[in-house]
Amino acid sequence: MKRLASKIGFALSVFVLVSPAVLVFLWMLSLSFKNELDNTAFPPVFIPNPPTLKNYLDVFEKNDFALYLWNSILVTGGAVLIGLGIGVPAGYGIARGKSAKFAILILIARMTPALSYLIPLFLLFQMTGLVGTIPALVITHLVITIPIIVWIMIGYFENVPMELEDAARIDGATSWQAFRHVALPLARPGIVVGGILAFIFSWNNFIFSVVLGGKNSRTLPSAVYNSLTFEQISWGPLAAAALLVTLPVLLLTVLAQRQIVAGLSAGGLKDG
Amino acid sequence: MTNTTALPAELAPPQARPFKHSADFTPRYWLFSLPAVLVVLGVIVFPWIFTLYMSAHDWKIGGGPEFVGVQNFAELFRDARFIESMGHTAYFTILAVVLPILFGTAAALVFHREFPFRGLLRTVFVMPMMATPVAVALVWTMMFHPQLGVLNYLLSLVGIGPQPWVYDPNTVIPTLILVEVWHWTPLVMLIVLGGLAGLPREPYESALIDGANAWHMFRHITLPLVWPFIMVAIVIRTIDALKAFDTIFVITQGGPGTASETLNIFLYLQAFQFYKIGYASAVVVIFFVIVVMLSLLLLYARQKSKWNA
Repeated sequence: MKRLASKIGFALSVFVLVSPAVLVFLWMLSLSFKNELDNTAFPPVFIPNPPTLKNYLDVFEKNDFALYLWNSILVTGGAVLIGLGIGVPAGYGIARGKSAKFAILILIARMTPALSYLIPLFLLFQMTGLVGTIPALVITHLVITIPIIVWIMIGYFENVPMELEDAARIDGATSWQAFRHVALPLARPGIVVGGILAFIFSWNNFIFSVVLGGKNSRTLPSAVYNSLTFEQISWGPLAAAALLVTLPVLLLTVLAQRQIVAGLSAGGLKDG
Repeated sequence: MTNTTALPAELAPPQARPFKHSADFTPRYWLFSLPAVLVVLGVIVFPWIFTLYMSAHDWKIGGGPEFVGVQNFAELFRDARFIESMGHTAYFTILAVVLPILFGTAAALVFHREFPFRGLLRTVFVMPMMATPVAVALVWTMMFHPQLGVLNYLLSLVGIGPQPWVYDPNTVIPTLILVEVWHWTPLVMLIVLGGLAGLPREPYESALIDGANAWHMFRHITLPLVWPFIMVAIVIRTIDALKAFDTIFVITQGGPGTASETLNIFLYLQAFQFYKIGYASAVVVIFFVIVVMLSLLLLYARQKSKWNA
């Protein structure tokens, strides 16, 4: 009897923990599939009946959603690829060369509010005429992607045994060959984790595009925010747009949850 | 930007092992970092130095800089709106640290146990911290609507009257804390869960033999062993809460009036609404000092966690 009670109590606590997340996302889903009448009804209508796709069609037809989606893909894709190209070798260099000072610089960079980079970068882009262009956004997003990738790669390369590289070098390989053909393949899980997290944080970024994005170059989060200020209560399309913006990230979380959890918890804390 | 420092992964400073290899390899390792060093100098270090330079100047966008020394800082500490925003930040930060720590630790204890669908439920629990903050903030804004919002309806079901949520200066910060707790409790859970995973079994076995109950075991075995991880979570959470921007900006933009204007919102408005570049840069410098001090505390906490673990 006591066992059963404690089991029910435990199930209840799991329910209480998970329900706030479930409620918000389900409500988002519900808003996006209801017509305008049901969305402004009180008491609220919970289950769309009948569900409508009109909100989603509106998002694509009445707004330049496709353009902003493409901008987001270019900015995040560019920043992640450049971040990997530069950050992975850097993580290797720091891990093997023990350059603690550069590592601490990267740590402080990760801690500094993103907003504080914006004023000088904004002035710089204004002087060079880059404000409102995709390259300006890609460059700014490197502030997000490079530090994450470097930090995660340091952790992974430290766990790659040095002996294999030494053996390669004795066989006549250069430092670059030892990195490219020995260390890099072994650190592949780290590259995946770093790439995923850099993608998520870059995709979710809002403020850079608000300040630096032009009418035709803004990314999805700031584009959706802008549609809020122009239309009044038009909840259906807004919820549909919000859901579409966050969908890639949520899918990635579900598909790669093991890598993400590993990156967030183990990567930094386990090796200590 | 709330979510980017939210990484325990950054707690891994390179281990200070003695050099095992001849010194002539070291410069070549440095070459691997060279591209990153150049980019970091350009997009991270240059902005820091430029900000410091601007903070000593009176500079409006469109005009030229005029050297004013520490006048911007002196003016800041006479600016009632700045002082008020510091107060809001402190209020917001304290609760946005304490509550996620409590709930996140409790959640970690739950998810540490084996139960059906644990992996799936953990993924669902972690989703809020991954979701795009702007998207989530928009949904919360709709839920807070005083007449049509679903939250007031749900409260009416259990006999609680309608709340003004973000539309009243007295309730706006607690409401924003609610969103922040929803958003970031999962991160604390993941950090503490990482700590729980490494716990040894023996102390529990001997405590059971001695007849200890569950609370005693938590209080005297689990808590002291996981404490370093909770410390790390506290520091990360503090830095993130100080930097909270996206959700506050989308939901209230610092309003009603200036009731929810935190340091970060104040900074944004000074720079990009009023175009007071020098003045805003002085805010950045103050912000930077606070954050660097906390980062050092983080490194220290991590060192301690190494010694204790």
